[in-house]
Amino acid sequence: MTALSVQGLNVVLGGRLVLQDVDLKLEAGDFMGLIGPNGAGKTTLLRSALGLVRRSSGTIEVAGAPISKMRQRVGYVPQRHEFAWDFPINVADAVLSGRVRRVGWVRRAGVADYRAVNEALARVGMTALRDRPVGQLSGGQRQRVLVARALALRPSVLLLDEPFTGLDVPTQELLTDLFTELSQEGQAVLMTTHDLAAAMHTCGTLCLVNRTVVATGTPDALRDAELWRTAFGIRPGSPLLAALGVS
Amino acid sequence: MLSPQEFVTDLFNPALSFLPKALFVALMSSAVCGVIGCYVVLRGMAFIGDAVAHAVFPGLAVAFVVQGNLVLGGAVAGVLTAVAVAVFSQNRRLREDSVIGVFFVAAFALGIVIISRSPGYAGSLQQFLFGSITGIPDEDLYVVAISSAALLVLTFLLHKEFVAVTLDRESARALGLPVFALDLALYIMVSVAIVISVQTIGNILVLALLVTPAATARLLTDRLGVMMLLAPLIGGFSALTGVYLSWSLDLPTGGTIVLAATALFLLAWTFAPRHGLLSRLWQLRRAAVHVHHAGHPR
Repeated sequence: MTALSVQGLNVVLGGRLVLQDVDLKLEAGDFMGLIGPNGAGKTTLLRSALGLVRRSSGTIEVAGAPISKMRQRVGYVPQRHEFAWDFPINVADAVLSGRVRRVGWVRRAGVADYRAVNEALARVGMTALRDRPVGQLSGGQRQRVLVARALALRPSVLLLDEPFTGLDVPTQELLTDLFTELSQEGQAVLMTTHDLAAAMHTCGTLCLVNRTVVATGTPDALRDAELWRTAFGIRPGSPLLAALGVS
Repeated sequence: MLSPQEFVTDLFNPALSFLPKALFVALMSSAVCGVIGCYVVLRGMAFIGDAVAHAVFPGLAVAFVVQGNLVLGGAVAGVLTAVAVAVFSQNRRLREDSVIGVFFVAAFALGIVIISRSPGYAGSLQQFLFGSITGIPDEDLYVVAISSAALLVLTFLLHKEFVAVTLDRESARALGLPVFALDLALYIMVSVAIVISVQTIGNILVLALLVTPAATARLLTDRLGVMMLLAPLIGGFSALTGVYLSWSLDLPTGGTIVLAATALFLLAWTFAPRHGLLSRLWQLRRAAVHVHHAGHPR
């Protein structure tokens, strides 16, 4: 089943065409890496998929219905600096805030909400720190809180914006394993990343973006150096190509 | 100087009926400002609070000139300015603080021009700017009580949404929360809290009620629930102390309340557990001793 479908997406920001005719399909169980150079529109594409960016044209559908109706099915993990870490709130309550719409206006969180929070905390290995103020957490712990907040919705699509930036290797591995597990359980996972080598290694599918989709496919199918040169403007013979195993 | 007992006697003296009224309004408004000020402090929107505080002035002036209800007039003007700021700051070319800078001074200027058209202008201007404990009409007591209760109920009902938006606007939008409407609701609540406080504390100093008790509470705790209980208590205590000192020493009420709140803030800044100056120095010292020992194994 198609978990997330982006069709004919055009986005104009500040009078500039940032994304042109983007088509993207994510099936349930896909773990896709969205890669491209700076300014390629990766974050804009992610935000468009969330329905946060005004589209000039194009449709975004989650499980066959427009995104505006399916927001509760999509988990979003923004870049870490988007979150107010100086806010006086503990880990469990920060994770609970992801369910604010599910709880509903004027209502208080119930048993189901706390159960979802506990489950999400357990998945990211933060149960022991549930009562700690978020301001006292390390970078890796903060990233795990943001992932748990998205998971607390039990989403069918998980969108992550640069989840590995600035993290140490153990945390990166913990999160990579988690994302792989989630996709094996049938969630569709889409993440933007700068770490090309890790993306080649861990993602089931890669999507090369430079203002439009340059190529999509399994890492093995993307071993044509010409594609990478088009998407990233990499020089022929660049050591990066060798590092990626692309010739 | 009056003793506290004499102050209580004065409060129940029928000839001084304005005094308990002033105390009631000061207590209510500082408590409400304390609660709502928590959002103001945590969102870093003190400047918006300042803007709204100044912006209620033309509304008060118009209400004064046409002999209408001051609270209502101020609320209308504050809300209009809040909406103007929210709408104009959608234009990304200007940062929000510039938009606020334009509108709040303009609103204040408008208020001065309007009030200059009314007779007895100098005296009433002073009263607006610096507050006064005399001349609070009975009907205002009801307006203050009802609007305070309404604000507290609204805060309670919208709390988790305000928290979600403050934590992370993008994710709140992605979840489908109406972020713009919630911002507007908060601005409106700030305007109303300010308007009910302007009477006793004055237009210039009202910002202190919104920011100082909440900032003091933030120094004392890492828990939002505790902060939102402490802030109104600190505000209320400042109001009580301020009214008492101003009455017994014949000092201006608004200024005295604000100085009382500031004194509490400085105390918290110095002595607060974990975040206070002394506690931080103590932690540094302990860390230094620790390093010293580690460097010299026995």
